[in-house]
Order: sequence, then C-alpha cells, then structure tokens
Amino acid sequence: MAQIFTASADTRLRAFFLIMLLVVLGVAAFAGGLADSTYVTMVGWFRDQPVPFSHQHHVQGLGIDCRYCHTGVETSAQAGLPATHVCMTCHSQVWTGAPLLALVRQSFASGTPLEWNRVAKVPDYVYFNHSIHVTRGVPCVECHGRIDEMPLTARAQPFQMQWCLSCHRDPAPHLRPPEQVTQMDWSDWERDPQAHKDYGALMVQAYGIEPDKLVQCNTCHR
Amino acid sequence: MSWPLLLCLTLALLAGCNEMGSQPRYDNAEPSALFADGKVLQAPPEGTVAQDQPQRDRALSNRPAMSAALLKRGQERYAINCVPCHDAAGDGHGTVPARGFPQPPSFHEQRLVEAPSRYFVDVITHGHGVMYSYADRVEPADRWAIAAYIRALQTSRNASAAQLSTIDREALGGDRGG
Ligand code: HEC
Ligand code: HEC
Ligand code: HEC
Ligand code: HEC
Ligand code: HEC
Ligand code: HEC
Repeated sequence: MAQIFTASADTRLRAFFLIMLLVVLGVAAFAGGLADSTYVTMVGWFRDQPVPFSHQHHVQGLGIDCRYCHTGVETSAQAGLPATHVCMTCHSQVWTGAPLLALVRQSFASGTPLEWNRVAKVPDYVYFNHSIHVTRGVPCVECHGRIDEMPLTARAQPFQMQWCLSCHRDPAPHLRPPEQVTQMDWSDWERDPQAHKDYGALMVQAYGIEPDKLVQCNTCHR
Repeated sequence: MSWPLLLCLTLALLAGCNEMGSQPRYDNAEPSALFADGKVLQAPPEGTVAQDQPQRDRALSNRPAMSAALLKRGQERYAINCVPCHDAAGDGHGTVPARGFPQPPSFHEQRLVEAPSRYFVDVITHGHGVMYSYADRVEPADRWAIAAYIRALQTSRNASAAQLSTIDREALGGDRGG
C-alpha cells in the first residue's frame, strides 16, 4: 500500500497548528484592542449636533457654571440637558438672527425639544447617579474631562466597568471640596500634593464611604 | 457530526447570548414610541397639583431667618444663575451683556437698595422685562437665599468701617480706631 502521508505532512500539520494558534491569538488581541480602542469607547470623538453648541464659548468664554444648564446634577441621577427656553434666556437677545440658532428658535416656537446626540452614556443595565458623586465632591472634570475646552462635546473617559471600579476601589485621591465640583482646572490643587495629602482620606471617613460596598455588583447593576 | 464539532458550535452560539446587554429602560428626556408626542417625559394632566406644592408655596411666601448658611447658599446660587449677567459684584457688567445682551441695572441703584427683599424673590419668580423667569431653575427657598445675598452685596458698598470687626479692618489696612 502506498504511503498516505508524504514525508513533509508532519511539518505541514505543525505549521497549520501554529498558524491557527496565531490566528486565534491575533483575533483575541484584535478584539481586546478594539474593545479598548477609542473607536469603541468613543473617547475623544466629537459628535455632530443639530446645533453646534460649544462648551468652550459658553463655559470658558462666558464663565457660565455647569449647573446653569445641567440643573439636575446635584439633586438627581441625571444631570439633564437644558430645555430650549434655557438657551432662549440669552438667545432671545443675543445672536437672534443667527442661522446657527435657527433650530433653537424653531424648537422654542413649536415646543418640540431639540434632539441632541448623546455623548456621555452608559448602557441601560448600568445604574449611574450624579447626585451621590457630586455631593461627595467628585468634580465633573474627573469624568467628563476639560469640557470647557471642547468646541463640540466629546467623551473624555472610557465609560467601561474597569474605569468605574478603579475609582470605587480607592476614591480618596479623587475627592475635592463639594462646593467646587464644577471647577475645571485643578492644577493649583495638584501642584502642591502635600497640602491636601490627607483631605481625601479624611473625607472618605467623614462621609463613611466604604470601598468594599462600592465594588459590589448590585451597586451598579440592579 | 462528531461531538467536538457540536460542542464548538454550541459554544459559538452561546457567545451570541447577551441577555445582560439588552435591558432597555426609559431614561428622562429620551425618545419614546409609546406616546403620541414621542417623549418619555409626559406633561402632567391639566389641573395636577404636585405633592410638594403646599411646601413650595410656604417656602415662597415665608421669608427665612437670616443666617450665615443662608448667605452661603445664596452666594453659590447667585454665582450659578445670576453672575453671567449681573456680575459677581452686582453692577450688571457680566460677560453676557458684554456680548450684546441688554444691560441689567446695578443692584446698587438707590431704587433697588430701597426695594424689599420680596421684590428680588418676585423678579426671580416672574422675570422682569427681557430677563426670563428663573422659577423652573431656582427653588423657592433658594430665591430667598439669593435675595439675602444681594442684600449683603448692597450692604458691602454702604457699610461704615466702624461696623467691621478689628480683624477685617486690619486686613483692609485701616487703623485700629476705625
Ligand atoms: C449654556 C448651557 C450649558 C452649560 C453652561 C454647560 N452645558 Fe453641558 N451641555 C449643554 C448642551 C446643550 C449639551 C448637549 C449638546 C452637546 O452634547 O454638546 C450639553 C452636553 C453635555 C455633556 C454630554 C452629554 C451627553 O451625553 O450628550 C456633558 C458631559 C456636559 N454637557 C457637561 C458639562 C459640564 C461639566 C459643564 C460645566 C463645565 C457644562 N456641561 C456646562 C449645555 C450646557
Ligand atoms: C447665559 C447666556 C447664554 C445661554 C444660556 C446660552 N447661550 Fe449660546 N451664546 C451666548 C453668547 C453671549 C454667545 C456669543 C458668544 C461670543 O460672542 O463669544 C453665544 C453663542 C452661541 C452660538 C454661536 C456659536 C458660538 O459658539 O459662538 C451657539 C450655536 C449657541 N450660543 C447655542 C446655544 C444653545 C444651544 C444654548 C442652550 C443650550 C445656549 N447657546 C445657551 C449666551 C448664551
Ligand atoms: C463619577 C463620574 C461623573 C461625574 C463626577 C460627573 N458625571 Fe456626568 N456623567 C457620568 C456618566 C457615567 C454619565 C452617563 C449617564 C447615563 O448614561 O445615564 C454622565 C452623563 C452626564 C450628562 C448627560 C446625561 C444626563 O445625565 O442627563 C451630563 C449633562 C453630565 N453628565 C454633566 C455632568 C456635570 C455638569 C457634572 C459635574 C457637576 C458631572 N456630569 C459629573 C459620569 C460623571
Ligand atoms: C472618580 C471617582 C469615581 C468614578 C470614576 C465613579 N465613581 Fe461611583 N462613586 C464614587 C464615590 C466617591 C461615591 C460615593 C460613595 C459613598 O458616598 O458611599 C460613588 C457612589 C456611586 C454609587 C452609589 C452607591 C450607593 O451607595 O448607593 C453608584 C451607583 C455609582 N457610584 C456608580 C458609578 C458608575 C456606574 C461609575 C462609572 C460609570 C462610577 N460610579 C464611577 C466615585 C466614583
Ligand atoms: C462601579 C459600577 C460597577 C460595578 C460595581 C460593577 N459593574 Fe459591571 N459594568 C459597569 C459598567 C459601567 C458596565 C458597562 C461597560 C461598557 O459599557 O463597556 C458594566 C458591564 C458589565 C458586564 C458586561 C455586560 C455586557 O453585556 O457587555 C458584565 C457581565 C458586568 N458588568 C458584570 C458585573 C459583575 C459580575 C459585577 C460584580 C463583581 C459588576 N459588574 C460590578 C459598572 C459596574
Ligand atoms: C441673561 C441675563 C440675566 C441673568 C442670568 C439674570 N438677569 Fe436679572 N436682569 C437682566 C436684565 C437684562 C435686566 C433688566 C430687565 C429690564 O429692565 O428689561 C435684569 C433685571 C433684574 C432685576 C431688577 C429689576 C428692576 O426692577 O429693574 C433684578 C432684581 C434681577 N434682574 C435679579 C436677578 C437675579 C436674582 C438673577 C439670578 C437668579 C438674575 N437677575 C439673572 C438680565 C439677567
């Protein structure tokens, strides 16, 4: 009977297994990389909006506090996007004829809300709550980045579970005085770490924050 | 089919299960297919009275006692809601008027210094001329806090050195006798 396998078959089989292994590893690495890439986490990708609203102009330029527009942030789970009449508080008088704002005026006249494309969002199976973070003094910039330097809004942090957990395991270094949560520039604070070295730890004690409980699944998944 | 292949197929199919990933839930201000106007947030039927309405009415009609906490709260709320136009000192030279919004009056005008605190609460509640109402953004109790803070701003222009504490006077560089 003739030989079924040639002499090189063994080598080819080994090569095949090696290639399969490399492909599997490659796919895994690609999937892992993709999941962490900004393409999936949306970090730094500006979204087009129906009205090109600029935080840079309104927050940095005009010095308007976040809570002027995001009124729910201290008291409820959601920060809330401003109603059209909040824009019209000023835009009934400034930039009244600007084509950029035509949609705002139209929305105001017709009573249909503007439809913003959401930037900062976690999936529906996650329960997030602004008021607890804000009243404990986690500043907006910690999670939303330098919004005041964004001409169009982009996500600043990957809203992945590991990101939430990395802070929940040890929130102390992230805490600031609650009355200054909307402050964007903390370089003063960070320049002299010695001066505030105990602040976070003391606050964790004062508020009774228990990191063990903060990392339990049912804190965020209910 | 051999069992290892079957196992592989089942595993591959399992990977498609994502019960956790799809738990749709309505959040505030999201679109909804349920209602004719397409909004999750429905306006309450006409004639509805909020449960806390009596409390809010009471907060609006009764002026709270002056306290340091009230002033502090007022300072914060004033900075959030009023400073863009009325500026931190109450002169009306905010950043928004600088970009073409009508100039608000200074809180240090004689007319406004003489106005009762309730007048400021009313302006916040109902608006005034081109200034919109802030009733939906500033809670009744906070309106009194802002009014109290405006009073403090006004006093700061008219206080005599004798009313200050020794420490404040020293900080200002005046002599001890005042
Ligand atoms: C003048 C009103 C105004 C002010 C002041 C303001 N915002 Fe916004 N903000 C908006 C509007 C309108 C949107 C929706 C359009 C967009 O995403 O750019 C928005 C969107 C956002 C979003 C993205 C929400 C999402 O999921 O789409 C974040 C985060 C945010 N703002 C944070 C802040 C922070 C932090 C501050 C203070 C530093 C601030 N905003 C001040 C009006 C304002
Ligand atoms: C407190 C006053 C105020 C509020 C509230 C406000 N704006 Fe403005 N906005 C301004 C002023 C003043 C300018 C002109 C900025 C300049 O000249 O630098 C402006 C400019 C703009 C522009 C022109 C482009 C730009 O960025 O300069 C757009 C678009 C705009 N606003 C959208 C909005 C929207 C949408 C809202 C509601 C969420 C809003 N604004 C709320 C005061 C306000
Ligand atoms: C601990 C992190 C964290 C902090 C601090 C934080 N946010 Fe957020 N923010 C989030 C997350 C997560 C979401 C997405 C929530 C969702 O999808 O339900 C979000 C969503 C938003 C939105 C859009 C949706 C909404 O909730 O209505 C706005 C506006 C916003 N944040 C503003 C602010 C402002 C203003 C502050 C500071 C006063 C702030 N956030 C502080 C994490 C944070
Ligand atoms: C920068 C730090 C930080 C980040 C990032 C952060 N958190 Fe928190 N979180 C806190 C602190 C501090 C508390 C307050 C704990 C307390 O007072 O017991 C808190 C509390 C909470 C609570 C309330 C817990 C309770 O006891 O009811 C929830 C829910 C929560 N966080 C969800 C999230 C989610 C979801 C994310 C990610 C999208 C997130 N957090 C990201 C710091 C953070
Ligand atoms: C601090 C809040 C927080 C805690 C605590 C937490 N998670 Fe999560 N989890 C999240 C967020 C936010 C996401 C969404 C991540 C994303 O969108 O990429 C998530 C996603 C997940 C997913 C992915 C679901 C999918 O379909 O992709 C699973 C599974 C999960 N969590 C399980 C757990 C388990 C198990 C625990 C307890 C050990 C836990 N989580 C604790 C915030 C939390
Ligand atoms: C968008 C700019 C703007 C903001 C923000 C604003 N105001 Fe005004 N305010 C005005 C203008 C303009 C006038 C003058 C209105 C007129 O005479 O038509 C005014 C007038 C007033 C007056 C004087 C009424 C009179 O008798 O002349 C008071 C009091 C007042 N505002 C209080 C407040 C308080 C308190 C806040 C914060 C909750 C506030 N305003 C926020 C623009 C603003």
